[in-house]
Formats: sequence, C-alpha cells, structure tokens
Amino acid sequence: MRIPYYPGCTLHQKASGLDRSARVTAAALGIELVELPQWQCCGGLIPQIREAYMGLLAPARILVDAQKEGDRLLTLCTFCYNTLKRADRILRDDPESRRRIEDFLEEKYYGVRVVHLLEVLRDEVGWDSVRQQVVRPLDWKVAPYYGCLLLRPYKEIGLDDPEDPTIMEDFLRCLGCTVVNFPAKTECCGSFLSVTKPELAKECSRQIVQKAAQTGAQVIVTTCPLCQFNLDRFQGDGPTSDGRYRSVPILYFTQPLAFALGLDEGVFFPDQHRVSPQRLFSSPTKEGRA
Amino acid sequence: MVSLTLPKRIADRDWIKEIEELSGENLFACYQCGKCSAGCPLAFAMDLLPHQVIRLLQLELVNEVLNSSAPWFCVGCLTCATRCPKGVDLAKVMEAIRTLLLREGKEERRPFPLPTEIMTEAPQQASVSAFRKLSL
Repeated sequence: MRIPYYPGCTLHQKASGLDRSARVTAAALGIELVELPQWQCCGGLIPQIREAYMGLLAPARILVDAQKEGDRLLTLCTFCYNTLKRADRILRDDPESRRRIEDFLEEKYYGVRVVHLLEVLRDEVGWDSVRQQVVRPLDWKVAPYYGCLLLRPYKEIGLDDPEDPTIMEDFLRCLGCTVVNFPAKTECCGSFLSVTKPELAKECSRQIVQKAAQTGAQVIVTTCPLCQFNLDRFQGDGPTSDGRYRSVPILYFTQPLAFALGLDEGVFFPDQHRVSPQRLFSSPTKEGRA
Repeated sequence: MVSLTLPKRIADRDWIKEIEELSGENLFACYQCGKCSAGCPLAFAMDLLPHQVIRLLQLELVNEVLNSSAPWFCVGCLTCATRCPKGVDLAKVMEAIRTLLLREGKEERRPFPLPTEIMTEAPQQASVSAFRKLSL
C-alpha cells in the first residue's frame, strides 16, 4: 500500500530517528511511504481564532499539493498531524476560509484525509497482523505517552478518546510489552515553552517522568519529537530534590516496533537521547521487570 | 498648522465583545466550576488561574486580564477545552487575548534573548510554534 507522506521540518533533521524508524517499519509491514515531491513547514500550530487566514496558508499549501498525490496524507509528527488535520477540517467546513485560501493559492481544494501511522496500523494493517509479524517479542514494561495534540481537540482529530486513549496500549501489547497504567499519559509536557520559558517545560516534563518512574516503567513511548525532547532533555539536568527521581529513556513508538520486527535499522539513534535506551535493546527477552 | 493626536487606545473599547468575536466562544457560558484550572498543566506558573480569567472578563475587569501572564503561558494543550462541561474552549479565549494585545503592540513582541543550547538542541517545531504564538 502506497501512502503519500509528509515528514515536516523536525523529522528531516533533529528527529530523523522517528522518520528513519517509521520508513523502515512501514516498509516491513507493507506500507510504502512516498514523500511529497515538494513541501514546506506546516507552521507548527493551527490558528485557534477566527479569520486568521495567514496562519492557515502554510498547512493549506501542503494539503493542496498533497491532493495531487492521493486522497490521503500520512504524518508522524504530532504537531504536523494536528495542524494538517485541523486545517483540512477548516477548509472543508468554512466556505469563506476555503474561498480566500483558494483565491490566494489559485488552486482548488477538494480535501485530503490526514492520517497518522498509528491509525493506519490500527485500521488498515490491523493489530493481529502486526502481532503475527513480531519476531522478537519485547519483555518491556512501558508507559505510553500521548501528550496533547495527538488527541485533542477530539471533535476535529477523533483518533481516540481524548482522556483515556488506548491505541498506543493496544499497539505496545502487540509487540509483547507490558503496559503500565500511566495516569499522566495525556498531560502536556510544556510544549514549545522549552524555547521561551525552559524552566516551565522542565517542571511539566519532570512531573510526567516522575509519574512514569513510579509506575515502574522502563521506558516511555511517544509519537511526538517535542515530547521526546522535553521529557528526555530535562532529565539530563540531574536528580530532583525529593529523591524520587529515576531516569527513564524516551523512545518513539516506531523504535520498539522496528526492534520487535527484527529489523537492524531504525532501532537506536545514540545521538538523539540524553537518557540512553541501549540497555533495553541489549537483551530484550531477559530484561527484568523493574 | 493643525496638529492632530490620535489616541493609542480607545478607552471605551468593548474588549469583551472583541474577545468573544475573535475566539468564537461565549464567555458567559462559564459557571466557574474550575475544571480548567484543575487540569491546566501551566496553572502553577500563571498569576491568574484559567477560570479566573473568564470570571474577570464576565465582570468586565479587563485590565486585570490584559496585564496577566496567563495568556502567555497557555500552550494550547486543550486539556481545559476537553474537560469543560459548558463547552468553552479556553485556549481560543487565551489566543484571542494574546492577539488583541499583540495588535496593540505590547511588550511581548520585542525581541528577547533565547538560550543558545536550547535553540541548537530543541526540535524545529518548538521554535516555529513558540514564535507563531508571538506573531499576529
């Protein structure tokens, strides 16, 4: 199955691990990700106020280009997924926005279904099929972390329950993982405040990692490059004063998938982690429960 | 020569109406249950709690809201909007407040230094989104 693919700015550079592991795992599962012939940044966030047409232009341009390649577009980065999916919704539902954007771009927009790889694995490949292709079941204790934009707003994204999602749990169980009950799984990591107010993003991330550590999880799995960065980076700054700190490595969901499928590539990217996950990959079946 | 000075801000401007129009949200739907503030991941850093922002606007105490740090700390994670029993999307209200302040030329638009190590390590999406929030 061929699906047009939009990597986005981050996946082409600082989160190349997510891009790499997604391409090889998708290929192993029979999905060919075909990168759009031309694309630019989606703008990161969709404007939330009315009549913010300028902010709608960047994602609209991507969608207009994508519709020439097929009726859907696959994304991996949570920000791109959220922005493109909501932009498509605005262009479909608001005739005034569509008219203005079409006039400016001098192209018609007919609609593109924006999908996430997790969604394709669930709805098209199927969990059973994923499970059957696992050659190296992972005896890991995992905390699934969704963050904010993968699920919200539910009315426009509709991927899974915004308060108690299970798609990542179902996915990880297919790989053989034990999934912990992780109460902070939909909390926000502080997002882009890591640029303007790093101390606030650090506090948000610290609470999430600490809750994961308390559940006994060996690793946190996420879909978002910014969540990965925030949760990982601030652990490098040393233990917390309350002494309950334990560092937990952060992986993209495609990395355990690549490992479980027995692939050599797309598993481990040493330069993209502060807290090294190497221990997990060294002896998967003997890895003890923490 | 006749000189004419235009007032920078019109005193009797209807901020409440402008915020409602920009956000598309009804501020008076809020009945102050406080769920937004209970779930907000950044509430600890704000000088006004999210539900207080709405209450002050209902009472037309606009200055308190315009001078508050709360809209600048909102990252739009939509925890509040997901949980609001009255369906108020507070992230939209916060963005409307930010936009009106930016149109007024408030301080937040001035360039400020950013930590170099963060800029070299953080994913591109972080800086793109952070600056998107500070642009009109």
